[in-house]
Amino acid sequence: MTRPDTDDDLLLEVEGLSVAYQAERPVTACDGIDLQLRRGEILGVAGESGSGKSTLITALTRLQRPPASTTAGRILLHDQGRTVDLVGMTEDELRRYRWNTVSIVLQSAMDALNPVLRLGSQFADVIRANDPDVTTRTVLDRTTELLAMVGIPANRIRSYPHELSGGMRQRAMIALALACGPKLVVMDEPTTAVDVVMQRRIVRQILRLRRQLGFAVVFVTHDLSLLLELADRIAIMYAGRIVEIGTADQIYHRPRHPYTRGLRDSFPPLHAPLTRLQGIPGSPPNLVRLPPGCAFAPRCPEAIDACHDARPALRIIEDQQVACHLYDVADRDDVDDVAMSR
Amino acid sequence: MTVVDEPARSAQPEAAEPVLEARRVTKHFKVRDGAGRASVVQAVEEVDLALRPGRIVALVGESGSGKTTLARLLARFYPVTDGEIRLRDVAAAGRPDKAYHRSVQLIFQDPFGSLHPGHKISYNLERPLRIHGHATNRSQARQQAAELLERVGLIPATDFLDKLPHELSGGRRQRVVIARALAVRPEVLLGDEPISMLDVSIRLDMLNLLARLRDEEDLALLYITHDIASARYLCDDVAVMYAGQMIESGPKEAVIQQPMHPYTRLLVAASPDPSRRRAADGDDLDSLDAGPDEPPSLIDPPTGCRFHPRCPFAMDECRVQLPEPTTFGDGRWARCWLHQKGRSHELIPAAH
Repeated sequence: MTRPDTDDDLLLEVEGLSVAYQAERPVTACDGIDLQLRRGEILGVAGESGSGKSTLITALTRLQRPPASTTAGRILLHDQGRTVDLVGMTEDELRRYRWNTVSIVLQSAMDALNPVLRLGSQFADVIRANDPDVTTRTVLDRTTELLAMVGIPANRIRSYPHELSGGMRQRAMIALALACGPKLVVMDEPTTAVDVVMQRRIVRQILRLRRQLGFAVVFVTHDLSLLLELADRIAIMYAGRIVEIGTADQIYHRPRHPYTRGLRDSFPPLHAPLTRLQGIPGSPPNLVRLPPGCAFAPRCPEAIDACHDARPALRIIEDQQVACHLYDVADRDDVDDVAMSR
Repeated sequence: MTVVDEPARSAQPEAAEPVLEARRVTKHFKVRDGAGRASVVQAVEEVDLALRPGRIVALVGESGSGKTTLARLLARFYPVTDGEIRLRDVAAAGRPDKAYHRSVQLIFQDPFGSLHPGHKISYNLERPLRIHGHATNRSQARQQAAELLERVGLIPATDFLDKLPHELSGGRRQRVVIARALAVRPEVLLGDEPISMLDVSIRLDMLNLLARLRDEEDLALLYITHDIASARYLCDDVAVMYAGQMIESGPKEAVIQQPMHPYTRLLVAASPDPSRRRAADGDDLDSLDAGPDEPPSLIDPPTGCRFHPRCPFAMDECRVQLPEPTTFGDGRWARCWLHQKGRSHELIPAAH
């Protein structure tokens, strides 16, 4: 397992996290997830529907409800010189971390905001929950300041959510998530419901606010091309597991896992010369009936015998992490050949 | 065939005659608000569009730009308020629906809602074959249904004929939807965001299928999308709509690589491009932060060019009237006052 140079730098460590949906036959939606997040880092999580990326988000924020439950693993949060494990915490204990340490931005702001409360009172709720003694004046000033950060004028404080445009609601959600100065903001497809122009604006605001305020982000989406522009590092999920982690540059220029490569090549370029692209044959697997080996093997153009027999573990290949039997040969020259031949 | 007196902007000397055309088409919807007050949504304003055999036109724009309304007008889901839809140079109005839909088929975004959930794939395909008289008995219908599945890459067809729609994945279901549209042997396919609900990894497959139908069967295709990169991959021409107005159109590389309307430029600049790393830090869109950030309401749209409240180049004329198209050769045109004022060059520096 990789560790950054200094442990002070680490904000979050996820170790062996598994989440299952309890049913007649339990479905493991996240299977042995290992992740590290540094302070101020933007980690993108890319995957298709059913890859477990949203399940991972609700597990990280401990917002999951039955039938989902965390069946194994730890979520270690390093903050103010202490390390806590979010997995074992009660709801009361968690409350001390919500909003001011970990906050969340959901996909549909219309559903996440209370439709019958004005924007201002929703901000007041959050600010007061963190600091009950704060004056009305301070609440108003703070709300104005937060909304200004995302380009929403102060006269919107008295608006109801339905009076705002979709893009404005989404930005209000981001402002709300930042209300108590969190160290980590978890974002679940925050831009899929808005148009590309607004999406670009939100992405730029996230980057600018991160630079100003220094929070870390876990950003989940199916849109890898968006992550390539936004994220520092990207984790690729497939069928409930992480199959590769690398920097945005590595994922784009030197994807190691055949699935990552297929996913990258599923996004036609906007300006580069056009070539015929193939996508990935077949469909994502059904989590109830996963193959015994690598879940991607049935669709993989390079699958070898080992792929059908055993699940590959996520391990370090040079400075990337990849779960693929093609890299079983320990010899570094070979590894480079495999990567370079792509 | 009669010679069509086409507007200069869509004339392409060597191009085939259009199969389906929208000429100065306008659509206004009457709506009532919660208090019962009537108002009019000006969804599509004087739009021209021509679809030709063996060519794909991508219709791009943000949500609410009128793309879907235009497709539904072309499919005759509702009548036009003004202007005309022409099929094979004959006015579409007044023709029987069945005959019209034998030529023009619409594919929806949602493959889950487009097939009868209680019937097998074979039924879903055989029904249009029977209704349109392409098959006269059961075994013929089944035979043709199998051929349709093979044409859209569902092989062997016998694996799919007796399945119910919910037993298929989203990508396969969308293939069945396309197969059903092909069952009537149409000349025109209108695809309203046909891939946006599919998983990323199977979208390209669907685009390649549509390209094959164009190349091998000479279909005329309209591909509606908000994803410029997929439009560039699939189509031949791009038409750009903003708030109900068609503001630019032409061969895809011309329009995407050197937009001639400020809105097209904004749309292309905002689209994700995997090869552009961290352009977001470069703040190349700062000038846009000043104006409104989203398209206007179509109940009370801005006068003149509807983009003017967001446009960095807006001048007095823009608030009064949308200019006539300026043509640039290759069948390319844009409706922007910059060109009328000899200021076209101001658009070029920011183009890629």
